[in-house]
Amino acid sequence: MLSARAFSRRFLGDPVAVGAFVIVVAVGAMVLSAPWLAPQNPYDPLQIDLMDAEMPPSWMPGGDPRFLLGTDEQGRGVMSTIMYGTGISLLIGFGAVVVQSFIGISLGLIAGYRGGWIDAFLMRLADIQLSISTLMLAIIAMAVFSAAFGPETYRDLAIFMLIVVIGIAEWPRFARTVRASVLAEKKKEYVDAARVIGLSPGTIMRRHILPNTMTPVLVISTIQVAEAIVTEAALSFLGLGMPVQQPSLGALIRSGFEVIFSGSWWITLFPALMLMLLILSINLLGDFLRDTLNPKLRRGED
Amino acid sequence: MHILAFLIRRLFQAVIVMLIISIIGFSIQDQLGDPLRELVGQSVSEAEREALRDRMGLNDPFWTQYLRFLGNALGGDLGTSYFFKKPALEVILAKFPATFELVLGATFLFVSASIPGGIYCAIRPRAWLARFIMAGSIIGLSIPIFLTAIFLIWIFAVELGVMPSFGRGETVTLPWGWRTGFLTRDGLLHLVLPSISLAAIMLPLFIRLIRAEMIETLSTEYVRFAWAKGLAARRVWFVHAFRNTLLPVVTVGGLQIGTLIAYTILTETVFQWPGMGFMFLEAVKRVDTPLIIAYIIVVGMIFVIVNTIVDLVYTLINPMVKLPGAQG
Repeated sequence: MLSARAFSRRFLGDPVAVGAFVIVVAVGAMVLSAPWLAPQNPYDPLQIDLMDAEMPPSWMPGGDPRFLLGTDEQGRGVMSTIMYGTGISLLIGFGAVVVQSFIGISLGLIAGYRGGWIDAFLMRLADIQLSISTLMLAIIAMAVFSAAFGPETYRDLAIFMLIVVIGIAEWPRFARTVRASVLAEKKKEYVDAARVIGLSPGTIMRRHILPNTMTPVLVISTIQVAEAIVTEAALSFLGLGMPVQQPSLGALIRSGFEVIFSGSWWITLFPALMLMLLILSINLLGDFLRDTLNPKLRRGED
Repeated sequence: MHILAFLIRRLFQAVIVMLIISIIGFSIQDQLGDPLRELVGQSVSEAEREALRDRMGLNDPFWTQYLRFLGNALGGDLGTSYFFKKPALEVILAKFPATFELVLGATFLFVSASIPGGIYCAIRPRAWLARFIMAGSIIGLSIPIFLTAIFLIWIFAVELGVMPSFGRGETVTLPWGWRTGFLTRDGLLHLVLPSISLAAIMLPLFIRLIRAEMIETLSTEYVRFAWAKGLAARRVWFVHAFRNTLLPVVTVGGLQIGTLIAYTILTETVFQWPGMGFMFLEAVKRVDTPLIIAYIIVVGMIFVIVNTIVDLVYTLINPMVKLPGAQG
């Protein structure tokens, strides 16, 4: 473990990490202030005019100063849809990681502490699930849901379903990490001491072992948020995620791609840049945390 | 003998996984609408419907219906597509060559780029080019595959107009019914952008993997011994070190098949490539239940076969692996 001072010294000495952090904070601030700062509320039909559809960015011929980054095919300002859409992407990303970490940490604690057949079963399940790949599982699950519910119900449930599906699909990463830490912690004397004074297994797991597994959990959480955002974007791009009326970045890219052949590149390009910037910054931040806090944890090679 | 025991064990596992997939597939069928509605119109009375349901066995218990489904599936009958009015399996198998050739094209590209790239980054880790490749691979990992595909279309098809943007182009039907795009100039031209998109997402992963394995091998005893013997650098790198990084790379690579199939769905959607993935999404939009289930089962089958082969190859090649079935 690192002291807070040593950590901040490392952080400030790493311009890439500082840059990535600044970008993530700036994006977060932009999302939270969207209701006040966005030129337009893209969810309010009264503020949208079809006459404004497909206008290029304001610095190009035919552009309008009201729409800095142009408008989409429904007349919504691209800047406003990005400010709101990024919020939805982040919400689903964080929500999915909360679900993942809840399931993953619980099952990882049980597998590591109990051992035996329960451990063997859970880890085998994790292996199978990881080898099928999150995206494949999520595509099939969302495809079945969208076909089963019909478009209207599906539209209302989309955010919720995305969080749950991406959350369930990725629990093995947390479970494996937590299990590995638990196996290392379990042998230590403080756990024996806790057992000797008669604490229940549940209390030992929650109050004594869990806090000592938090560093690797923090490291993977960061990268998992980026992964969840990409998965959501891919699903929405396929039309299995957020609907056009309440678009995330992936849904914006999808609707932009539909008109790219008419030359309206700005509807696709700006949300795409936003998505890449966000994912790259979170990944770089995650790489920094991993290298600093837990040099042994290597991404994708566990 | 041991190999045989291992093989049987592996086949048994594969059968269990397929059974689970088929149960999932079948329960989906139960959830997605009423098959009767697809067959008869609204005009049929409730009593007649009920009689028809009885006759078709739709009122039977779940497991009776499942066993019937399984029996049909084993005979190659996965139901009839509502939209195409043809057997679902036939529809999918007709789309298989397109997806297979796309994967083959992409594999060719990323293998021929990641091997030299990965080796170079391992033997010259401090060179500026190696640093550039590694930094590029982090950025590459952050670009979702559908964005690579969209950018390629935008630049080469829309702005420059030098590349086709959708479909497979001209194809030739081979004697055994396989439609290939490899044999015509037009078909190959159509393959370029989709393969590059698919390869671009796998490339950073494999460069990092080869580099990591190679660095590890280079620090082993036998490589140091080879250096001490005074062997030429090329011989140590390519014969002694690289050959031994191949095994983990092939197995880890083989286990990416699930991800690869998911990526084909995305690539095929962007390029309207007439393969299985594109067909699957169309089937979802049309709520063509038999086709959705048939896709899940065929993809599950491909997944199980590839995983079994990778496991087998790994066990056969690597003398250090003890066969799990051999201890008994």
